[in-house]
Amino acid sequence: MRRSIQFLLFTAVILTVFLLLPLHARNAQQHRAAPTRQLQNLHVTDLCLATEARYTRHPAVADRHTPFQEHPLALEHFPTGALILPNLPGRDTK
Amino acid sequence: MKRAVERHLNILEFTLASLLRRRAKNLALLAMYLLVIFMLASLQFFVTALKREAALILTDAPDMVVQRLTAGRQDLVPDRYAAEIAKIKGVSAVRSRLWGYYYDALNGANYTIMTGDDSAAPPGTAIGAALAKSRNLQVGDLLPLISYDKSPVMLEIGSIFPSSSDLVAADLIVISPVEFQQLFNFPDGQATDLAVTVRNPKELPTVAAKIASQFPDSRPILKSEIQRTYQSIFDWRGGMTLMVLASALLSFIIFAWDKATGLSAEERKEIGILKSIGWETSDVLLLKFWEGLVISLTAFLLGVVLAYGHVFFLSAPLFAQALKGWSVIYPRFQLVPVVNAYQLAVLFFLTVVPYTTATVIPCWRAATIDPDAAMRY
Repeated sequence: MRRSIQFLLFTAVILTVFLLLPLHARNAQQHRAAPTRQLQNLHVTDLCLATEARYTRHPAVADRHTPFQEHPLALEHFPTGALILPNLPGRDTK
Repeated sequence: MKRAVERHLNILEFTLASLLRRRAKNLALLAMYLLVIFMLASLQFFVTALKREAALILTDAPDMVVQRLTAGRQDLVPDRYAAEIAKIKGVSAVRSRLWGYYYDALNGANYTIMTGDDSAAPPGTAIGAALAKSRNLQVGDLLPLISYDKSPVMLEIGSIFPSSSDLVAADLIVISPVEFQQLFNFPDGQATDLAVTVRNPKELPTVAAKIASQFPDSRPILKSEIQRTYQSIFDWRGGMTLMVLASALLSFIIFAWDKATGLSAEERKEIGILKSIGWETSDVLLLKFWEGLVISLTAFLLGVVLAYGHVFFLSAPLFAQALKGWSVIYPRFQLVPVVNAYQLAVLFFLTVVPYTTATVIPCWRAATIDPDAAMRY
Protein backbone atom coordinates (compact mmCIF):
# COMPACT_ATOMS: atom_id res chain seq x y z
CA MET A 1 0.00 0.00 0.00
CA ARG A 2 1.25 3.52 -0.81
CA ARG A 3 2.64 5.47 2.09
CA SER A 4 0.22 8.34 1.42
CA ILE A 5 -2.77 5.98 1.66
CA GLN A 6 -1.39 4.55 4.91
CA PHE A 7 -1.06 8.05 6.32
CA LEU A 8 -4.59 9.01 5.24
CA LEU A 9 -6.00 5.82 6.80
CA PHE A 10 -4.14 6.54 10.05
CA THR A 11 -5.48 10.12 10.04
CA ALA A 12 -9.00 8.84 9.32
CA VAL A 13 -8.80 6.49 12.32
CA ILE A 14 -7.69 9.19 14.80
CA LEU A 15 -10.16 11.65 13.26
CA THR A 16 -12.96 9.11 13.86
CA VAL A 17 -11.85 8.65 17.48
CA PHE A 18 -11.66 12.45 17.83
CA LEU A 19 -15.20 12.86 16.47
CA LEU A 20 -16.49 10.13 18.76
CA LEU A 21 -15.27 11.98 21.87
CA PRO A 22 -18.36 14.27 22.17
CA LEU A 23 -20.65 11.23 21.80
CA HIS A 24 -18.77 9.39 24.53
CA ALA A 25 -18.93 12.46 26.75
CA ARG A 26 -22.69 12.86 26.21
CA ASN A 27 -23.26 9.18 26.98
CA ALA A 28 -21.16 9.42 30.16
CA GLN A 29 -23.08 12.53 31.27
CA GLN A 30 -26.37 10.66 30.90
CA HIS A 31 -25.08 7.81 33.07
CA ARG A 32 -23.46 9.99 35.74
CA ALA A 33 -23.87 8.49 39.22
CA ALA A 34 -26.08 10.77 41.32
CA PRO A 35 -24.77 11.71 44.79
CA THR A 36 -26.24 9.68 47.63
CA ARG A 37 -29.22 11.13 49.47
CA GLN A 38 -27.16 11.40 52.65
CA LEU A 39 -24.60 13.57 50.84
CA GLN A 40 -27.32 15.73 49.31
CA ASN A 41 -28.77 16.31 52.77
CA LEU A 42 -25.43 17.55 54.06
CA HIS A 43 -25.74 20.61 51.75
CA VAL A 44 -21.97 20.86 51.30
CA THR A 45 -20.58 24.20 50.21
CA ASP A 46 -17.28 22.99 48.77
CA LEU A 47 -15.64 20.35 46.64
CA CYS A 48 -12.92 18.19 48.14
CA LEU A 49 -10.09 19.14 45.78
CA ALA A 50 -7.30 19.33 48.35
CA THR A 51 -7.25 18.61 52.07
CA GLU A 52 -3.95 20.12 53.18
CA ALA A 53 -5.16 23.59 54.15
CA ARG A 54 -8.50 24.86 55.42
CA TYR A 55 -8.71 27.60 52.83
CA THR A 56 -8.12 25.23 49.91
CA ARG A 57 -10.47 22.60 51.34
CA HIS A 58 -13.29 25.13 51.77
CA PRO A 59 -12.42 28.13 49.58
CA ALA A 60 -16.07 29.20 49.25
CA VAL A 61 -16.37 29.97 52.97
CA ALA A 62 -12.80 31.21 53.53
CA ASP A 63 -11.53 34.77 53.34
CA ARG A 64 -8.98 35.88 50.79
CA HIS A 65 -6.65 36.75 53.66
CA THR A 66 -7.16 33.46 55.56
CA PRO A 67 -3.77 32.04 54.46
CA PHE A 68 -2.05 34.95 56.20
CA GLN A 69 -4.02 34.82 59.43
CA GLU A 70 -2.19 32.02 61.19
CA HIS A 71 0.21 34.33 63.00
CA PRO A 72 1.82 37.73 62.48
CA LEU A 73 3.97 37.76 59.33
CA ALA A 74 2.49 34.39 58.33
CA LEU A 75 3.25 33.52 54.72
CA GLU A 76 1.08 31.34 52.56
CA HIS A 77 3.08 28.18 51.98
CA PHE A 78 0.75 25.33 51.00
CA PRO A 79 1.34 24.15 47.40
CA THR A 80 -2.35 24.13 46.55
CA GLY A 81 -2.58 27.79 47.59
CA ALA A 82 -0.95 28.57 44.24
CA LEU A 83 -3.73 26.81 42.34
CA ILE A 84 -6.90 27.35 44.32
CA LEU A 85 -7.89 30.93 44.86
CA PRO A 86 -9.72 31.46 48.14
CA ASN A 87 -12.75 33.69 48.07
CA LEU A 88 -14.19 35.45 45.07
CA PRO A 89 -13.70 39.03 44.03
CA GLY A 90 -16.35 41.42 45.16
CA ARG A 91 -17.46 39.72 48.36
CA ASP A 92 -17.65 41.95 51.37
CA THR A 93 -14.72 40.80 53.49
CA LYS A 94 -14.96 43.01 56.46
CA MET B 1 -11.29 15.09 -10.23
CA LYS B 2 -9.37 11.83 -10.22
CA ARG B 3 -6.34 13.66 -11.61
CA ALA B 4 -6.47 16.25 -8.79
CA VAL B 5 -6.71 13.52 -6.14
CA GLU B 6 -3.82 11.67 -7.77
CA ARG B 7 -1.75 14.89 -7.77
CA HIS B 8 -2.40 15.40 -4.03
CA LEU B 9 -1.58 11.77 -3.28
CA ASN B 10 1.68 12.02 -5.20
CA ILE B 11 2.66 15.21 -3.44
CA LEU B 12 1.71 13.71 -0.06
CA GLU B 13 3.81 10.68 -0.94
CA PHE B 14 6.77 12.93 -1.68
CA THR B 15 6.10 14.95 1.52
CA LEU B 16 6.16 11.84 3.70
CA ALA B 17 9.37 10.64 2.04
CA SER B 18 10.88 14.09 2.55
CA LEU B 19 9.84 14.14 6.24
CA LEU B 20 11.24 10.65 6.78
CA ARG B 21 14.57 11.71 5.26
CA ARG B 22 14.93 14.10 8.22
CA ARG B 23 13.37 11.59 10.56
CA ALA B 24 15.01 12.56 13.86
CA LYS B 25 14.37 16.29 13.49
CA ASN B 26 10.75 15.87 12.44
CA LEU B 27 9.97 13.24 15.07
CA ALA B 28 11.36 15.56 17.75
CA LEU B 29 9.18 18.36 16.42
CA LEU B 30 6.11 16.11 16.31
CA ALA B 31 6.74 14.89 19.87
CA MET B 32 7.12 18.43 21.19
CA TYR B 33 4.08 19.68 19.27
CA LEU B 34 2.04 16.72 20.55
CA LEU B 35 3.15 17.35 24.12
CA VAL B 36 2.09 21.01 24.01
CA ILE B 37 -1.33 20.15 22.53
CA PHE B 38 -1.71 17.29 25.02
CA MET B 39 -1.01 19.57 28.00
CA LEU B 40 -3.27 22.38 26.77
CA ALA B 41 -6.13 20.02 25.87
CA SER B 42 -5.75 18.10 29.15
CA LEU B 43 -5.96 21.33 31.10
CA GLN B 44 -8.98 22.41 29.12
CA PHE B 45 -10.79 19.08 29.62
CA PHE B 46 -9.90 18.99 33.31
CA VAL B 47 -11.03 22.52 34.08
CA THR B 48 -14.23 22.31 32.03
CA ALA B 49 -15.22 18.98 33.61
CA LEU B 50 -14.39 20.23 37.09
CA LYS B 51 -16.45 23.39 36.60
CA ARG B 52 -19.41 21.35 35.36
CA GLU B 53 -19.08 18.94 38.27
CA ALA B 54 -18.92 21.86 40.70
CA ALA B 55 -22.05 23.41 39.18
CA LEU B 56 -23.96 20.12 39.56
CA ILE B 57 -22.76 19.39 43.10
CA LEU B 58 -23.34 22.91 44.35
CA THR B 59 -27.00 22.87 43.37
CA ASP B 60 -27.44 21.18 46.78
CA ALA B 61 -25.52 23.95 48.58
CA PRO B 62 -27.50 26.05 51.06
CA ASP B 63 -29.21 29.16 49.66
CA MET B 64 -27.14 31.19 52.08
CA VAL B 65 -24.47 30.49 54.68
CA VAL B 66 -24.28 32.93 57.57
CA GLN B 67 -20.97 33.22 59.37
CA ARG B 68 -20.05 35.34 62.37
CA LEU B 69 -16.85 37.31 62.55
CA THR B 70 -14.92 38.30 65.65
CA ALA B 71 -11.81 40.45 65.27
CA GLY B 72 -11.61 39.59 61.58
CA ARG B 73 -11.85 35.85 62.12
CA GLN B 74 -14.72 33.41 61.79
CA ASP B 75 -16.31 32.64 65.13
CA LEU B 76 -19.07 30.39 66.43
CA VAL B 77 -22.64 31.53 65.87
CA PRO B 78 -24.97 31.55 68.91
CA ASP B 79 -28.27 29.69 68.47
CA ARG B 80 -30.22 32.91 69.10
CA TYR B 81 -28.96 34.20 65.71
CA ALA B 82 -30.71 31.22 64.08
CA ALA B 83 -33.94 31.94 65.95
CA GLU B 84 -33.86 35.64 64.99
CA ILE B 85 -32.99 34.96 61.34
CA ALA B 86 -35.84 32.43 61.12
CA LYS B 87 -38.23 35.28 61.94
CA ILE B 88 -37.16 37.34 58.92
CA LYS B 89 -39.86 37.42 56.26
CA GLY B 90 -39.04 35.13 53.34
CA VAL B 91 -36.81 32.77 55.32
CA SER B 92 -38.26 29.27 55.27
CA ALA B 93 -35.63 27.38 57.31
CA VAL B 94 -32.46 27.98 59.29
CA ARG B 95 -30.22 25.06 60.09
CA SER B 96 -27.33 25.29 62.54
CA ARG B 97 -24.35 23.56 60.94
CA LEU B 98 -21.72 21.89 63.07
CA TRP B 99 -18.54 21.15 61.21
CA GLY B 100 -14.82 21.40 61.63
CA TYR B 101 -11.43 19.88 60.95
CA TYR B 102 -9.63 17.09 62.70
CA TYR B 103 -5.90 16.48 62.33
CA ASP B 104 -5.08 12.80 62.58
CA ALA B 105 -1.57 12.47 64.02
CA LEU B 106 -1.46 8.79 63.00
CA ASN B 107 -1.25 9.46 59.27
CA GLY B 108 -0.86 13.25 59.22
CA ALA B 109 -4.17 13.72 57.42
CA ASN B 110 -6.81 16.41 57.88
CA TYR B 111 -10.40 15.26 58.01
CA THR B 112 -13.53 17.32 57.58
CA ILE B 113 -16.00 16.43 60.32
CA MET B 114 -19.66 17.25 59.71
CA THR B 115 -22.80 16.42 61.56
CA GLY B 116 -25.77 14.88 59.84
CA ASP B 117 -29.35 14.78 61.00
CA ASP B 118 -30.58 12.45 58.28
CA SER B 119 -32.83 9.86 59.90
CA ALA B 120 -32.93 7.81 56.69
CA ALA B 121 -29.12 7.45 56.65
CA PRO B 122 -27.55 4.18 57.83
CA PRO B 123 -26.76 4.21 61.56
CA GLY B 124 -23.19 4.86 62.66
CA THR B 125 -20.50 7.06 61.20
CA ALA B 126 -20.26 7.65 57.45
CA ILE B 127 -16.80 8.21 56.02
CA GLY B 128 -15.30 9.01 52.63
CA ALA B 129 -13.82 6.30 50.44
CA ALA B 130 -10.34 7.91 50.33
CA LEU B 131 -10.29 8.15 54.12
CA ALA B 132 -11.40 4.53 54.47
CA LYS B 133 -8.60 3.50 52.12
CA SER B 134 -6.03 5.59 53.96
CA ARG B 135 -6.94 4.09 57.35
CA ASN B 136 -7.81 0.66 55.93
CA LEU B 137 -11.33 0.80 57.37
CA GLN B 138 -14.43 -1.17 56.48
CA VAL B 139 -18.06 -1.03 57.57
CA GLY B 140 -18.33 -2.24 61.17
CA ASP B 141 -14.75 -1.20 62.08
CA LEU B 142 -13.99 1.30 64.82
CA LEU B 143 -12.27 4.61 64.03
CA PRO B 144 -10.58 5.95 67.17
CA LEU B 145 -10.19 9.72 67.37
CA ILE B 146 -8.77 11.74 70.26
CA SER B 147 -11.09 14.39 71.64
CA TYR B 148 -9.98 17.89 72.64
CA ASP B 149 -9.93 16.83 76.28
CA LYS B 150 -7.59 13.97 75.28
CA SER B 151 -10.07 11.16 75.78
CA PRO B 152 -10.63 8.58 73.00
CA VAL B 153 -13.81 8.76 70.94
CA MET B 154 -14.60 5.47 69.20
CA LEU B 155 -16.66 5.89 66.04
CA GLU B 156 -18.26 2.81 64.52
CA ILE B 157 -18.22 2.93 60.72
CA GLY B 158 -21.81 2.56 59.52
CA SER B 159 -21.26 3.34 55.84
CA ILE B 160 -18.59 4.39 53.39
CA PHE B 161 -19.45 6.87 50.65
CA PRO B 162 -18.89 5.47 47.15
CA SER B 163 -15.62 6.50 45.50
CA SER B 164 -17.69 8.27 42.81
CA SER B 165 -18.49 10.82 45.57
CA ASP B 166 -14.81 11.50 46.25
CA LEU B 167 -15.07 15.01 44.85
CA VAL B 168 -17.35 15.87 47.76
CA ALA B 169 -16.61 13.35 50.44
CA ALA B 170 -13.04 12.00 50.13
CA ASP B 171 -12.02 13.26 53.60
CA LEU B 172 -15.47 13.47 55.15
CA ILE B 173 -16.57 12.00 58.48
CA VAL B 174 -20.26 12.41 59.23
CA ILE B 175 -21.10 11.97 62.91
CA SER B 176 -23.96 12.84 65.22
CA PRO B 177 -24.13 16.27 66.96
CA VAL B 178 -23.53 14.56 70.33
CA GLU B 179 -20.33 12.91 69.08
CA PHE B 180 -19.27 16.22 67.54
CA GLN B 181 -19.66 18.04 70.86
CA GLN B 182 -17.81 15.24 72.62
CA LEU B 183 -14.96 15.22 70.09
CA PHE B 184 -14.31 18.97 69.97
CA ASN B 185 -15.53 19.86 73.45
CA PHE B 186 -17.88 22.12 71.50
CA PRO B 187 -19.92 24.59 73.57
CA ASP B 188 -23.68 24.08 73.80
CA GLY B 189 -25.98 26.53 72.03
CA GLN B 190 -23.42 27.42 69.34
CA ALA B 191 -22.98 26.46 65.70
CA THR B 192 -20.11 26.70 63.20
CA ASP B 193 -22.36 28.57 60.80
CA LEU B 194 -25.99 28.73 59.71
CA ALA B 195 -27.53 27.36 56.53
CA VAL B 196 -30.46 29.56 55.56
CA THR B 197 -33.15 28.55 53.08
CA VAL B 198 -35.12 31.33 51.44
CA ARG B 199 -38.50 30.69 49.84
CA ASN B 200 -38.00 32.93 46.82
CA PRO B 201 -34.43 32.98 45.42
CA LYS B 202 -35.01 36.53 44.13
CA GLU B 203 -35.30 37.69 47.74
CA LEU B 204 -31.86 36.35 48.70
CA PRO B 205 -30.01 39.70 48.44
CA THR B 206 -32.76 41.42 50.46
CA VAL B 207 -32.69 38.77 53.17
CA ALA B 208 -28.88 38.93 53.24
CA ALA B 209 -29.02 42.71 53.67
CA LYS B 210 -31.54 42.33 56.52
CA ILE B 211 -29.30 39.76 58.27
CA ALA B 212 -26.22 41.98 57.86
CA SER B 213 -28.13 44.95 59.26
CA GLN B 214 -29.66 43.02 62.18
CA PHE B 215 -26.37 41.27 63.04
CA PRO B 216 -23.52 43.59 62.06
CA ASP B 217 -20.92 40.97 63.02
CA SER B 218 -22.42 38.41 60.62
CA ARG B 219 -21.41 37.68 57.04
CA PRO B 220 -23.94 36.09 54.68
CA ILE B 221 -22.51 34.15 51.74
CA LEU B 222 -25.01 33.56 48.95
CA LYS B 223 -25.22 30.35 46.94
CA SER B 224 -24.47 32.32 43.79
CA GLU B 225 -21.21 33.53 45.38
CA ILE B 226 -20.26 29.96 46.27
CA GLN B 227 -20.99 28.86 42.71
CA ARG B 228 -19.05 31.82 41.30
CA THR B 229 -16.05 30.92 43.45
CA TYR B 230 -15.93 27.52 41.82
CA GLN B 231 -16.47 28.87 38.34
CA SER B 232 -13.43 31.11 38.76
CA ILE B 233 -11.34 28.83 40.93
CA PHE B 234 -9.15 27.47 38.15
CA ASP B 235 -9.30 30.61 36.16
CA TRP B 236 -6.43 31.02 33.74
CA ARG B 237 -5.33 34.06 35.66
CA GLY B 238 -5.30 32.22 38.89
CA GLY B 239 -2.05 30.50 39.55
CA MET B 240 1.11 28.88 38.43
CA THR B 241 -0.57 26.64 35.86
CA LEU B 242 -0.54 29.42 33.31
CA MET B 243 3.05 30.34 34.15
CA VAL B 244 4.24 26.78 33.61
CA LEU B 245 2.20 26.35 30.45
CA ALA B 246 3.10 29.79 29.12
CA SER B 247 6.82 29.05 29.32
CA ALA B 248 6.31 25.66 27.61
CA LEU B 249 4.17 27.27 24.94
CA LEU B 250 6.66 30.08 24.31
CA SER B 251 9.53 27.60 23.97
CA PHE B 252 7.47 25.65 21.48
CA ILE B 253 6.54 28.76 19.52
CA ILE B 254 10.21 29.75 19.23
CA PHE B 255 11.18 26.22 18.20
CA ALA B 256 8.34 25.83 15.70
CA TRP B 257 8.90 29.30 14.26
CA ASP B 258 12.59 28.57 13.78
CA LYS B 259 11.83 25.22 12.18
CA ALA B 260 9.01 26.46 10.00
CA THR B 261 10.37 29.79 8.82
CA GLY B 262 14.06 29.19 8.49
CA LEU B 263 14.54 27.06 5.42
CA SER B 264 17.79 25.14 5.58
CA ALA B 265 20.27 25.25 2.69
CA GLU B 266 19.32 21.65 1.95
CA GLU B 267 15.64 22.54 1.71
CA ARG B 268 16.38 25.50 -0.60
CA LYS B 269 18.45 23.23 -2.79
CA GLU B 270 15.61 20.71 -2.85
CA ILE B 271 13.17 23.41 -3.95
CA GLY B 272 15.61 24.52 -6.68
CA ILE B 273 15.97 20.96 -7.98
CA LEU B 274 12.23 20.39 -7.94
CA LYS B 275 11.64 23.57 -9.92
CA SER B 276 14.39 22.77 -12.39
CA ILE B 277 12.86 19.36 -13.16
CA GLY B 278 9.52 20.96 -13.91
CA TRP B 279 7.62 21.45 -10.63
CA GLU B 280 5.40 24.51 -10.62
CA THR B 281 5.57 27.04 -7.75
CA SER B 282 2.08 25.90 -6.74
CA ASP B 283 3.31 22.28 -6.51
CA VAL B 284 6.16 23.33 -4.21
CA LEU B 285 3.74 25.32 -2.05
CA LEU B 286 1.38 22.34 -1.91
CA LEU B 287 4.30 20.18 -0.85
CA LYS B 288 5.12 22.52 2.03
CA PHE B 289 1.43 22.86 2.92
CA TRP B 290 1.17 19.10 3.25
CA GLU B 291 4.39 19.03 5.25
CA GLY B 292 2.96 21.49 7.76
CA LEU B 293 -0.40 19.76 7.83
CA VAL B 294 1.02 16.26 8.35
CA ILE B 295 2.93 17.40 11.43
CA SER B 296 0.35 19.76 12.94
CA LEU B 297 -2.82 17.76 12.24
CA THR B 298 -1.30 14.54 13.53
CA ALA B 299 -0.07 16.33 16.65
CA PHE B 300 -3.45 18.01 17.20
CA LEU B 301 -5.63 14.92 16.75
CA LEU B 302 -3.35 12.61 18.71
CA GLY B 303 -2.77 15.25 21.41
CA VAL B 304 -6.49 15.82 21.98
CA VAL B 305 -7.36 12.10 21.97
CA LEU B 306 -4.53 11.32 24.41
CA ALA B 307 -5.55 14.25 26.62
CA TYR B 308 -9.12 12.91 26.76
CA GLY B 309 -7.79 9.51 27.86
CA HIS B 310 -5.47 11.13 30.39
CA VAL B 311 -8.20 13.18 32.05
CA PHE B 312 -11.27 10.97 31.83
CA PHE B 313 -9.90 7.42 31.79
CA LEU B 314 -6.73 7.80 33.89
CA SER B 315 -8.17 10.48 36.24
CA ALA B 316 -5.62 13.15 35.24
CA PRO B 317 -2.58 11.84 37.16
CA LEU B 318 -0.41 14.78 36.00
CA PHE B 319 -2.77 17.43 37.42
CA ALA B 320 -3.77 15.33 40.44
CA GLN B 321 -0.14 15.42 41.54
CA ALA B 322 -0.15 19.22 41.41
CA LEU B 323 -3.47 19.46 43.25
CA LYS B 324 -2.44 16.90 45.83
CA GLY B 325 0.22 19.19 47.29
CA TRP B 326 0.89 18.05 50.83
CA SER B 327 -2.54 16.47 51.24
CA VAL B 328 -2.48 12.99 52.74
CA ILE B 329 -6.06 12.30 51.68
CA TYR B 330 -6.98 13.37 48.20
CA PRO B 331 -9.77 12.45 45.82
CA ARG B 332 -9.49 10.40 42.68
CA PHE B 333 -10.66 12.77 39.96
CA GLN B 334 -13.24 10.54 38.33
CA LEU B 335 -14.67 13.33 36.23
CA VAL B 336 -17.63 13.03 33.91
CA PRO B 337 -16.34 13.86 30.40
CA VAL B 338 -17.22 17.21 28.86
CA VAL B 339 -16.13 18.26 25.37
CA ASN B 340 -16.34 21.94 24.57
CA ALA B 341 -16.28 22.27 20.77
CA TYR B 342 -15.59 26.01 20.93
CA GLN B 343 -12.49 25.57 23.08
CA LEU B 344 -11.20 22.78 20.84
CA ALA B 345 -11.74 25.00 17.80
CA VAL B 346 -9.75 27.78 19.49
CA LEU B 347 -6.96 25.31 20.24
CA PHE B 348 -7.00 24.17 16.62
CA PHE B 349 -6.79 27.70 15.21
CA LEU B 350 -4.06 28.66 17.68
CA THR B 351 -1.85 25.70 16.84
CA VAL B 352 -2.51 24.04 13.47
CA VAL B 353 -3.27 27.15 11.40
CA PRO B 354 -0.25 29.29 12.49
CA TYR B 355 2.16 26.40 12.06
CA THR B 356 0.92 25.48 8.60
CA THR B 357 1.00 29.14 7.54
CA ALA B 358 4.48 29.60 8.96
CA THR B 359 5.66 26.61 6.91
CA VAL B 360 4.23 27.84 3.62
CA ILE B 361 5.28 31.53 3.64
CA PRO B 362 9.12 31.16 3.64
CA CYS B 363 8.79 28.40 1.10
CA TRP B 364 6.79 30.69 -1.17
CA ARG B 365 9.66 33.17 -1.05
CA ALA B 366 12.17 30.43 -1.95
CA ALA B 367 9.94 28.93 -4.61
CA THR B 368 9.51 32.18 -6.51
CA ILE B 369 13.24 32.76 -7.11
CA ASP B 370 15.19 31.33 -9.99
CA PRO B 371 15.91 27.55 -9.61
CA ASP B 372 19.55 28.12 -10.45
CA ALA B 373 19.89 30.73 -7.70
CA ALA B 374 18.03 28.49 -5.23
CA MET B 375 20.39 25.60 -5.92
CA ARG B 376 23.49 27.79 -5.59
CA TYR B 377 22.27 29.33 -2.31
